[in-house]
Amino acid sequence: MTSFLSFINDKRVRDWIYQIAAVVFLVGLTVFFVRNASENMVKAGIASGFGFLWRTSGIEVPFVLTGYTQSDNILALFWVGVANTMLVTVIAIVLATLLGFAIGIARLSSHWLISAIAGAYVEFVRNIPLLFFVLFWYFGVIAALPAPRQSISVFGVAFLNNRGLTIPLPDGMENFRIAGLVILACVLGYSAFSIWARRRQARTGQHAPTLWAGLVLLLAVPLLALTWAVLATRWDIPALRGFNYRGGFAVIPEFVALLAALVTYTAGFIAEIVRGGIQSVSHGQTEAGSALGLRPGQVLRLVTIPQALRVMTPPLTNQYLNVLKNSSFGAAIAYPDVVSLFMGSALNNTGQAIEIIAMTLAVYLVIGLAVSALMNWYNARIALVTR
Amino acid sequence: MTIRIIGTAAILAAGISFAQAQQLAPSPTLDAVKARGNLECGVHLGLPGFSFANDKGEWSGIDVDYCRALAAAIFGDAKKVKYTPTSVQQRWPILQSGQVDVLSRNSTITFSRNATLGLNFQGINFYEGQTFIVRKSANVKDAAGLDGASVCVAAGSTEEKNAADWFRERNLKVTITNFQKNDDAIAAYDAGRCDAYTAGVGALAGQRIKLKAPDEHAILTKPISNDPQGPVTRWGDERWQLIVRWVLNGTIAAEALGVTSQNVDEMKANSKNSEVRRLLGAEGGFGEMMGLPNDWMYNAIKQVGNYGESYERTVGMGSPLKLERGQNQLWIKGGLLFTPPFQ
Repeated sequence: MTSFLSFINDKRVRDWIYQIAAVVFLVGLTVFFVRNASENMVKAGIASGFGFLWRTSGIEVPFVLTGYTQSDNILALFWVGVANTMLVTVIAIVLATLLGFAIGIARLSSHWLISAIAGAYVEFVRNIPLLFFVLFWYFGVIAALPAPRQSISVFGVAFLNNRGLTIPLPDGMENFRIAGLVILACVLGYSAFSIWARRRQARTGQHAPTLWAGLVLLLAVPLLALTWAVLATRWDIPALRGFNYRGGFAVIPEFVALLAALVTYTAGFIAEIVRGGIQSVSHGQTEAGSALGLRPGQVLRLVTIPQALRVMTPPLTNQYLNVLKNSSFGAAIAYPDVVSLFMGSALNNTGQAIEIIAMTLAVYLVIGLAVSALMNWYNARIALVTR
Repeated sequence: MTIRIIGTAAILAAGISFAQAQQLAPSPTLDAVKARGNLECGVHLGLPGFSFANDKGEWSGIDVDYCRALAAAIFGDAKKVKYTPTSVQQRWPILQSGQVDVLSRNSTITFSRNATLGLNFQGINFYEGQTFIVRKSANVKDAAGLDGASVCVAAGSTEEKNAADWFRERNLKVTITNFQKNDDAIAAYDAGRCDAYTAGVGALAGQRIKLKAPDEHAILTKPISNDPQGPVTRWGDERWQLIVRWVLNGTIAAEALGVTSQNVDEMKANSKNSEVRRLLGAEGGFGEMMGLPNDWMYNAIKQVGNYGESYERTVGMGSPLKLERGQNQLWIKGGLLFTPPFQ
């Protein structure tokens, strides 16, 4: 009895018991809900299960990166949606970060007009709902662009109108693969050369012509390889026939509008994070940098930003996750993302709401956790290492 | 003494209700509707001619008229309806989950909806055919002329798949842009995003009124599909399905038998046609068989009118849509409307 009591009073054992109880409760709850839902759906005559994913989709999508056609199955349609969501999210994150940094630094400028404009932008953006931005850009983009017959021609190969930007597509990718291999070899060669040069400089103090090597290996040779690939490939150049340009690949206005909305909106928040991060670095650091003889640009680059990044990374992660989630606003303007295609078209055609919503949820969860993991890894890398 | 009278009355009432309960299959939906005091009817978000709320919040349209007829048959009062506007996406879940008693929302009857969504279609109140609206300046004569065009459509509608299939079969290339709501799709079409918007003939006639310059747009006359539409119920509750089906049949039968909202009193009193008498509850006791008052169709026709009256008022010549009867004419006059006999 005493051994049992001491066993039960052991903190480690009790912790384990609590953990196991919590897991059993959660699993039980999930099983209960799933069974309850499926039983009731059977009673109501509603089909359930994931078999529908292999049915022919029959839905035409205007913006496809995966090679999907409407005779593929619904699972393929799902992947089209996921790819489109990721495409707009990744590009929006990169552009919003660049714009946000620029505005955030502009807000700290000693020039009154620049900082006032940046401040006004931030206040404007932060106090307006995102849906407004999305619709504003969408109808703005459509209204600003001409009809297909009055298209704006870009060197006679790409055409911009209110159906989108139609760009030429290569007939085959072989030449581009060769060019890619050449460029990869150049990059590898240059990194090997620069490592060798640095080691030699450390050992002997001699400079190597890394700048020239860089210009040749990273600029000249790749440019030549790409030019050759472009010229040696046959291109499918869009041509105006009937209603619109045929051939090539069309970047739809919905994509541009959603991207513009996400970038301009998120940049306002990122700007504030950047400003806060920079202001969190104490003025003494800047002064110390100047006292060492660094120029203002160098102080910003070598002293302020590295310390500010530590403060900025966690809230930036939040903003990146928001971009991912906000990309679902694309459904409001017919951007074919996972919400619009899968939760919209596929859900209506099959009626299998529970399965489809669960899968859509899983998409956002998986991408969101991946973004978090990446940012946490980055945060750990730049965090102040204390000994 | 009073106690005894009350007691006897209670026993009598219990006996009668027991006898009735034995007669009729249980209908939880009808019981809930009666207890609530109004009918919950799922309708379109706003489609002139079918279901459309004016600036005072009063609903009208051919689908709304069906809801009113059903309410009149149940309560004797066509006003006892609560309308729930539903988008293309919301309509099935709202019906499946029991938030509405019936859906009357120009929705096409299809096999897979019937077989996998737990839905029953209770008849046809509008024979629709899918077609396109285009700008007159585009000079398009038929759907095949849309090769290369971009088409706006509501995601998840039958039109979305129909259009994709139709153009693919003919090796024509169109770009289909799928919007979440009919209104978003038509707004994008109006803004010049698309060369055409696709929906049913009747729906397009209604949507066209909403465009900035309705006269600059033309509706292609030859439909590419047939899309029969009618009231929808959930699986289960057979007696409720019976009521929903036969109120629709009753409005069509009334037109075939020449019963209108004007002459319904006179017909009920004097008609020698026994089908008319059964329809209006003068004989046969048909209402009771479903758990409704016997004057169910009398009330519906008196307050809402027969199918033809409703059609002319909402989508026909008496409305801004000005649709011909076409397929939606009685079978005896060359149309497709047909109803089994009230016998």
